[in-house]
Amino acid sequence: MTATTLDAAPDVVPPSARTRPAPARTPFRRIQYVELRKMFDTRSGYWLMASIVITSAIATVITLLVGDRDDLTFDSFAAAIGSPMSVILPVIGVLAVTSEWSQRTTLTTFTLVPGRSRVLAAKLLNTLAIGLAGMVVALGVGALGNLVTSMITGVDPVWDISAGTFAQIVLANELGMLLGFALGLLFRSSPAAIVGYFVVNLVLPGLSGALAAAQEWWADNAGWFDINDTRFLLFDGHLTGQDWAQLGVTSALWIALPLLIGTRLVLRSEVK
Amino acid sequence: MITVESLSKSYGSFTAVDDVSFTAAPGRVTGFLGPNGAGKSTTMRVMVGLTQPGGGEVRVLGRRFADLPDPGREVGVLLDASAQHAGRTGREILTIAALTMGLPRTRVEEMLERVSLTPDEASRRVRNYSLGMRQRLGIGTALLGDPEVLILDEPANGLDPAGIRWMRDLLRDFADEGGTVLLSSHLLHEIEVIADDIVVIGNGRIVAQGTKEELLAGAGTLVRATDGTALAAALTHAGIPARPTSGGAVLAEADLTRVGQAAFAAGIAVTELRAADGAGLEEMFLALTADSQRESVDTTSKQAPTTQGAAA
Repeated sequence: MTATTLDAAPDVVPPSARTRPAPARTPFRRIQYVELRKMFDTRSGYWLMASIVITSAIATVITLLVGDRDDLTFDSFAAAIGSPMSVILPVIGVLAVTSEWSQRTTLTTFTLVPGRSRVLAAKLLNTLAIGLAGMVVALGVGALGNLVTSMITGVDPVWDISAGTFAQIVLANELGMLLGFALGLLFRSSPAAIVGYFVVNLVLPGLSGALAAAQEWWADNAGWFDINDTRFLLFDGHLTGQDWAQLGVTSALWIALPLLIGTRLVLRSEVK
Repeated sequence: MITVESLSKSYGSFTAVDDVSFTAAPGRVTGFLGPNGAGKSTTMRVMVGLTQPGGGEVRVLGRRFADLPDPGREVGVLLDASAQHAGRTGREILTIAALTMGLPRTRVEEMLERVSLTPDEASRRVRNYSLGMRQRLGIGTALLGDPEVLILDEPANGLDPAGIRWMRDLLRDFADEGGTVLLSSHLLHEIEVIADDIVVIGNGRIVAQGTKEELLAGAGTLVRATDGTALAAALTHAGIPARPTSGGAVLAEADLTRVGQAAFAAGIAVTELRAADGAGLEEMFLALTADSQRESVDTTSKQAPTTQGAAA
């Protein structure tokens, strides 16, 4: 066509002016830092994290005010702090994943880092790290409460949580976060995943209990299927070999499996 | 450089993108034009690896997007300006992107200035942004890594006339420095004022592509007389395909000389005679997209402007 000659002129300018060497691959630690920052850099994210400190402080103060001070030990505070933690931490696990979808930031995230598995791995590691740090902070607040109690009563504080028990409590909470994370991947919607988490945690134990009351086999063997049954044992101290085996089996069923399916879905799904 | 080769994508029985091939060349602004739902966004999502293609492939700078080691440094992408976390400030959104690409923080302030977001606006949360401000922020994110290629889906949406002019100049400069720009729009006028090359898509298929000049040339001549219908009949009689439009104007598929001579031979006084530029392209755009929307296979309107040589 004759018109081709018209635009021969702009084509004369060599387009190689911007040809540059390819940059280095985005290092994983950079992704991890960015993902961590994204968990704190909104008001809701910030207050969710702050609520770890705030609720453990409230739980400690209430324990101090309401509890029978002569009988208060470190374990009393840990138990009081444990219940808000068991709600907040899994929600953090859920939102670590779902906030990207509810705000549609995946569009940017996955175009800047097309390796979606790297983003998910970074989120998972950060979630677990926050779980650990959160528990250390929360129990630190509890320890403070324990010290204050002893100052008030004049009795030496009782430190009745061993390192082993502490590790078990952390494990129990990390498992809760993992479950939240897995449900987040599965549903990719904050309300659905959070409701899902509480169904698993609050509704299923009731159903399981009802079934156990009616059926003897289930009463004997529920531990192999019901994650709540075994996970809650972690809070109470000593687990037998069979308890650990049951924890492994139920975790595989309730955590590893949804985690795998959810990851696969996220890796292949269309991002809109 | 972006190369799209025989790209297809179906959702169930619905074919969103059907055997699409085109090239966006460095140093040029390529406009991706089509009505809503024509498959522009799907094509662009496949381009940046957010959607898996059913068939065919896209290469950006010679590689699949997923194989780019640090994509933000090579390809700036803006697919949807609304897809930003409402709870983050504009500055924070750029900071996150800069950190991901390993860029210094100073780059964020530079970019805020470049896209005309004041420090005060940058400290506001995105939920308080107008669509135009979100577009500027999105364009800022795309430009942050100093890329060689820009992929922008409907970037002019929500911009005021001054904003559109600003973006036009920005993209022009980017291309003049050797960068590749692909931008989509459903508005012909937007594409017409910005693009060097135009790819028209309708119903998932490429219906026309070429340089803007080629597409304009393909649109023929606009000739006007007091009685347009008589003029059109006279031209047709002289063997020139012509159809009356409005106000005595006729679109004729021949050059100025032939049309003028034919009118003169027929004894019709011509009141206007010029190359059919914008108006002609619009007619063509409407006709082409209407054709594809009716699913009719109108090969004559399809083959005329399809010329890829100059774009490559």
